[in-house]
Amino acid sequence: MSDTTTRAVVGVSDRQQGEHPSGDNRFDLIDKHLKRGRYAQDQLIETLHVAQDVFGYLSEDILIYVARALRLPPSMVYGVATFYQLFTFDPPGDHACTVCTGTACFVKGADDIVKGVSNAYDVPAGETSEDGSLTLKTARCLGSCGLAPVVVFDGEVLGHQNTESTLELVAAAVGGVD
Amino acid sequence: MRETRSAVHVSFDGVEYEGYAGESVLQCARRNGVTVPSLCFLEGLSVWGGCRICVVEIAEDHRLRPACATQIAADMEVKVETPRLRAYRKAILELLFAEGNHVCAVCVSNGKCELQDMAVLCGMDHVRYDYQSPLREIDASHPKYVFDPNRCILCTRCVRVCDEIEGAHVWDIGFRGEEAHLVTEMNKPWGESLSCTWCGKCVAVCPTGSLAYEGRAIGEMEHDPAMIQRLAVARNRGEWLYPGEEQ
Repeated sequence: MSDTTTRAVVGVSDRQQGEHPSGDNRFDLIDKHLKRGRYAQDQLIETLHVAQDVFGYLSEDILIYVARALRLPPSMVYGVATFYQLFTFDPPGDHACTVCTGTACFVKGADDIVKGVSNAYDVPAGETSEDGSLTLKTARCLGSCGLAPVVVFDGEVLGHQNTESTLELVAAAVGGVD
Repeated sequence: MRETRSAVHVSFDGVEYEGYAGESVLQCARRNGVTVPSLCFLEGLSVWGGCRICVVEIAEDHRLRPACATQIAADMEVKVETPRLRAYRKAILELLFAEGNHVCAVCVSNGKCELQDMAVLCGMDHVRYDYQSPLREIDASHPKYVFDPNRCILCTRCVRVCDEIEGAHVWDIGFRGEEAHLVTEMNKPWGESLSCTWCGKCVAVCPTGSLAYEGRAIGEMEHDPAMIQRLAVARNRGEWLYPGEEQ
């Protein structure tokens, strides 16, 4: 298997820049990472991280794409991806609301915030609402215990939150509850 | 060609035996006719060390060591049967029985099951832990074989034999903790697997009734794990053993 063309199935040399054969240019970013790692099989976890950064989640197609590129059996890639809790297999919502449930935030009523948002938008903690507008997540201590309870909304860290203020925040971005 | 190996003195429960440098405590014990209970270990496959049934005590070392993954050393004093080890083995077996749905009375492997044999050997006659009774769906999509995850103890023999001997790597373990279970390819039904060669080695090595031939009734499933040792010897040494000739 020294024939280099067999290794270049997902390479970029034989086609124009900015045009991935799949029609989805996001795969280019995965290809770049794979190439940098010389398609080494022990790059699997790093590649999955890149793929998740690019796509937001790992679909079956993406897992198969990575498995084929690294010449790994699909069951091994699936096993590795499902073992680590940082990998997610469902598309994230348009907006992400993360509530810290670490010790300090818990004492200050983080649980009520989670329950409040969960009930108002009918979305269980750790999942995405049915219309795909909101993902509600919980985190174990963000290291800002002085700001407890902490909520991270679309990447912005907000301290001293309560159920009302969090619901206002979510309503402003996602829209109110019907 | 067999390599010449240097012999060392070892003892099992106070009786002296000859061991070879480089072999594992378990292999040395088996070769000398000393019984060491084990489940996930299978001669001919790589060492997994996951079931912990084969734990032994080694003199002046307070930690328990898995016999399958511990190499023999000169003048090693190994204890196989102590009250402490018996208690641990029993507890591990009870946990295995409590974790899945092991109902011998309706199992295809009843009477021909390594898990059952271990329970008898280790004197496990009841389970002190709460049965988890998980809901697990049987995969009968394969035309020749059936996979029943209720009887699976995650020994990974099938995963290893498919990867190391057959070279197909159809099986792997997906998810983690109590949700961990065997998956084929992208967690698709076994029958839809493109990589499965239908060779049946995974069925041959299964220690329980988890992997079985289609259409077997209660107590009718006979596995053949020694087959793998014959294949491994043929592949590594170019010597073809016949059933019953395994060392």
